[in-house]
This record gives sequence, structure tokens and C-alpha cells, in this order.
Amino acid sequence: MRSKGIRAPWTLKLAALAGLAFLHVPMAAIILYAFTTETKSYQFPPPGLTLHWFAVAWERQDIWDALALSARVGTVATAIALVLGTLAAAAMQRSRFFGRETVTLLIILPIALPGIVTGIALRAAINLIDLPFSFWTIVIGHATFCVVVVYNNVLARLRRTSGSLIEASMDLGADGVQTFRYVVLPNIATALLAGGMLAFALSFDEVIVTTFTAGQQTTLPIWMLTELVRPRQRPVTNVVAVFVIAVTFVPILVAYYLTRGTETVSGSGK
Amino acid sequence: MAAAILFENVSRRFGTVRAVDNVSFEIADGEFFSMLGPSGSGKTTCLRLIAGFEEPGAGRLLIHGIDTAGVPPYERDVNTVFQDYALFPHMSVLDNVAYGLMVRKVPAAERHARADEMLDLVKLSGLGGRRPSALSGGQRQRVALARALINRPRVLLLDEPLGALDLKLREQMQVELKALQRKLGITFVYVTHDQQEALGMSDRLAVFNEGKIEQIGAPQDIYERPATAFVADFVGNSNLIGRAAAQRLAGLAGPLSVRPEKINFAADYSDVAPPVKAAGTVLEVQYLGATTRYEVELEAGAIVFMVRQNVTTGRAIGPRVGDRIELAWDPGAMLQVSGDDRG
Repeated sequence: MRSKGIRAPWTLKLAALAGLAFLHVPMAAIILYAFTTETKSYQFPPPGLTLHWFAVAWERQDIWDALALSARVGTVATAIALVLGTLAAAAMQRSRFFGRETVTLLIILPIALPGIVTGIALRAAINLIDLPFSFWTIVIGHATFCVVVVYNNVLARLRRTSGSLIEASMDLGADGVQTFRYVVLPNIATALLAGGMLAFALSFDEVIVTTFTAGQQTTLPIWMLTELVRPRQRPVTNVVAVFVIAVTFVPILVAYYLTRGTETVSGSGK
Repeated sequence: MAAAILFENVSRRFGTVRAVDNVSFEIADGEFFSMLGPSGSGKTTCLRLIAGFEEPGAGRLLIHGIDTAGVPPYERDVNTVFQDYALFPHMSVLDNVAYGLMVRKVPAAERHARADEMLDLVKLSGLGGRRPSALSGGQRQRVALARALINRPRVLLLDEPLGALDLKLREQMQVELKALQRKLGITFVYVTHDQQEALGMSDRLAVFNEGKIEQIGAPQDIYERPATAFVADFVGNSNLIGRAAAQRLAGLAGPLSVRPEKINFAADYSDVAPPVKAAGTVLEVQYLGATTRYEVELEAGAIVFMVRQNVTTGRAIGPRVGDRIELAWDPGAMLQVSGDDRG
């Protein structure tokens, strides 16, 4: 909506620009220092530009291991979230039962709680049942918030989908499985895609919960954190950061376009 | 032969609300049957009970002699035209119509041929390739009808199918639906809150109020001989004359109901039976085009409406506001109704 005749004062425009710059200049710095020839400090302007660090990063097996772990964790956590999130959303949309609001709150809670609380709670629980830290403990930790993202997206879509579509399908002779296959799934497909990509992006850069559930394993964000503490070829970290920006940015952009004009993609703020 | 639909003491509650309260009635095979009533009167719940979207809390519901208890919607030989049409937005019109055959695994060529036939039947030939969103309201309504008929159900359920259409289109569709029902010879169960629709299309209708059936019968029975004050008031317009006024006017125990069009000016009265006469003062005159509506305060202690056809051309020379006039009507037009005394 554009208000006619009233223009924002230049001070407000400047403040808005400053705000945007504050948000995005550091990202530009990351990208810039992935190409610097200087290894120890952030000197501006960089003394020279090189593609050397991309080659170095390519050769480092620890990066590849971390990347592979993160990708696997993200994929499995997203898969779990797609199934559980859809089922939960369908149940919440369809039924009115005692304690429904409480269950809704419990589903949303992992994304509302600080990650550190989720992390401590999960670590305590994992210790309590004597579960060894593994790939699966990371997946469980990530799934807690990935489920919420999928749940929110699917629920928003189901709310906009007329309930009589399902009844019409059953009325015409389709059983539950056929109705899901031919009517429900096509109607929530883009919501699933958007929710799934957001879930993957969240999992891919998660640090806090992972710290508590990973044990000795290193996901990509954990690897970056340790690199910052013990700098060794600092620009390599920036190269990886550039890679992470690219990997996270694409799905979020696609998710945005898929759900454009629909309700907000809830949970994208985590 | 078993009735198409048989309700035996059926009840359905939602929480503490009795949506359908111990209802019994039957619908004959091949009948155009309407369920008429205000919103929340239980008519739509009855339809959903037949379709299988609701299960009775008590009582039995039989479709063609078979108890429906535990039979899911997709195993019932009935199909529904939904109020909001419920067309599948992600499918073409042709695929929408063919859906009932597709889930029954009819080969693509055959189901598309039959869907085309159905589109011809509802006069939508050539629109099969469109999306439902590219159709007008009236066209969507026809697609919903074609889709519901493709499985050749013995009973078609229609849930206020014309509610979203404008008046002209609605009148046209009423004629077409009635013709279609006659052509197919199947049972139509039609839910509506529009009394004109129910009267004009039905072989029989049931008037619902607060989960119960007030009256069931042919349109003429319902209109000319309403059983309760509610029916007299809900179906058509009616003057309700309270006990005291009824006693004074006709020496009858009230309350009485008189249709506005049955009341004449005393000078115009031409029926054989000696009329009931009542003097009064004109309170309001409304010229409505085809008719003129008068509101008259009777000296006997009641306010009645009467409607006269404007049969003469030029300006009507009727009574004006404040005129003292005498009215007359056939005693047979007065119906004793049960229910509350609002006169």
C-alpha cells in the first residue's frame, strides 16, 4: 500500500538504509575475505585477491566430512519432519479434542524455546537413557524444530483448503488412501516443498542444539565455530561460509516464491 | 419395494445441541424430496447422515433397505452436490467429472468418454480442458452436478446447490434440475432454505425446525394446510391472528393463519361461501410492481397484510393510508394452527 502525497522524510530513509547496511555489510565482508591473500587478520582493504583458498578448501578432508554429515543430518531430519509435521497438522486441522490447544503449544514449543534449553534438555534425556551420541542423536535434535516448520506450513495450507474437498472425494468413491493421494497431497505439495526446504536450511546451519547432541562429531557449523577459535588458514572458513550462504539462500528463496501470496511461512525466523 | 431413504428415530447431537432430534420419515424411490428449514434446523445434518459424513447417535438410517451403520461414504450408492461445489482446484473440469470413475479404476479412455457425456448432459460441452477457477459460478455448479452424476447413483443429494447463484440463473437452474431429475428418474434429496425453490421443484417436502420435522407433505399441503404456526410463517407469508381476535372475528378458537393473497376488499369478494368480514384502517401501502401490499389494522385487534395483483394498467386506485376499509375472506382460508400465540 502506497500512501499518496506523503513522502517519508530523508532522515527516515537514511535510517532505513543504515539498518539494511548493518544487516548485510558483514555478509559482504565474509564474501570479500574469502578471496584475500592475507591470512591472519581482517585488514581493509585486502592486500590482494586470490582464488587460492577455494583450492585449499577443496583439498581439506575435514571440510568434506563435516559437509557430508550436515547434508545427511539435514536430509534425514527433514524427511522425519515431513512425515510427522504433516500428520500433526492433519490431526490438528481435522479434530477438535480435549487438550488440543495444549498439544498445539507442545508442538510449537521447540521453535519458541531458546535452542540452548532444547539442547540441554535433549542432552540430559540422551544421557538418562544411556543412548550413545551418534548421527541419530543429532537427527533427533534437529527434527524437534524441523517438525514445527513443516507443521506450520502444512497447517496454514490445510486451513485454506476447503474441507468439503475431502468429503467430495470420499463421496465419489475414493477411500482414505486414494483421497490423500489424489486430493490432499496435490493441494499441500508446495507447502511440503517450502516447509521441507526451510527445515533443511534450519538444520544445515544449526549450532546450539547440535553442540549438545553431537558428541565428538562435527557438522559444518560446528567445524566453522572451532576454526574461528583455533584459526588455521582463516580465509578457508570464509570460503566455507560463502558456500553455506549459497546453500541456505537458494532453498529459502525458492520457498518464498512457492508460498508467495499465501500465508506467511511461519517459523522462518528461527 | 423398500423406500430410497428411511429414517427411523434418528438423532444426532453435537455437544449439547440436538441437531437432529428423533426424526422419522421416508423418501420414495424416484422422488424429488426437499428438506426445507432455517439454518441450524437440522436439514443439512440429515443430508450428511445420508451421505455418511455423519453417523446417527441413535436410531437407524436405511438406504434402499440396507442399514447404513458403519458404511463409509465411499461405499454408499449416493452422491452429493456440495454447497460450495467442492471442485478439485488442481484438476481440469474433465478430470473433476471423471474422478468417480478414476478411483474405481475405469480405464482413461472410457472414463473420459463418459465424462464428456456428462458434460453434454449439463450443457458444458467443450469446457473439459479448463480449470474450475476459469469457470463462472453457474458453470461450476453444473460441473459439480456432472461429477456427482457420473457414478450413476440411485440417490443424488443436493446441499443448497443454487444458493450462490443470482436470481435469474437460480430460476433457470430450478427448471433444469427438475427436468434432469425427471429424465434420470433417480431420487433427488434437496436441501434448501428457500421456500420458493422447495415449493416449485419438490414432489414432497419436509419442513425442519430445531432438529425436528414440523410437517411433511406435497407442496400444496404444506402451503394450503400448514400444520403448525411455524410452517405457516416459514413457508410463504402468513397472517397469524391471535386467540382473542379469532374469537371476535369468526367465533373460532385461535390462533388462526390466513394467507395475504386470500384476503379481499369486501367489494371484490366473489367466492360462494359467505365471507368473514372485518373492518379496519390502512396503515401502509407498498407498491411492488406486480402486486401491491397493504397493511391493515383490524378493529377486532390484529394487524394483517394483504396482497393484490395489479391487474389494471395505469395508476392503481386503491385505498390509501388512513382510509377505513372493509375486508372479506373465505372462511376456508382460515387455518387453525398449533404453536405459539403471537396474535
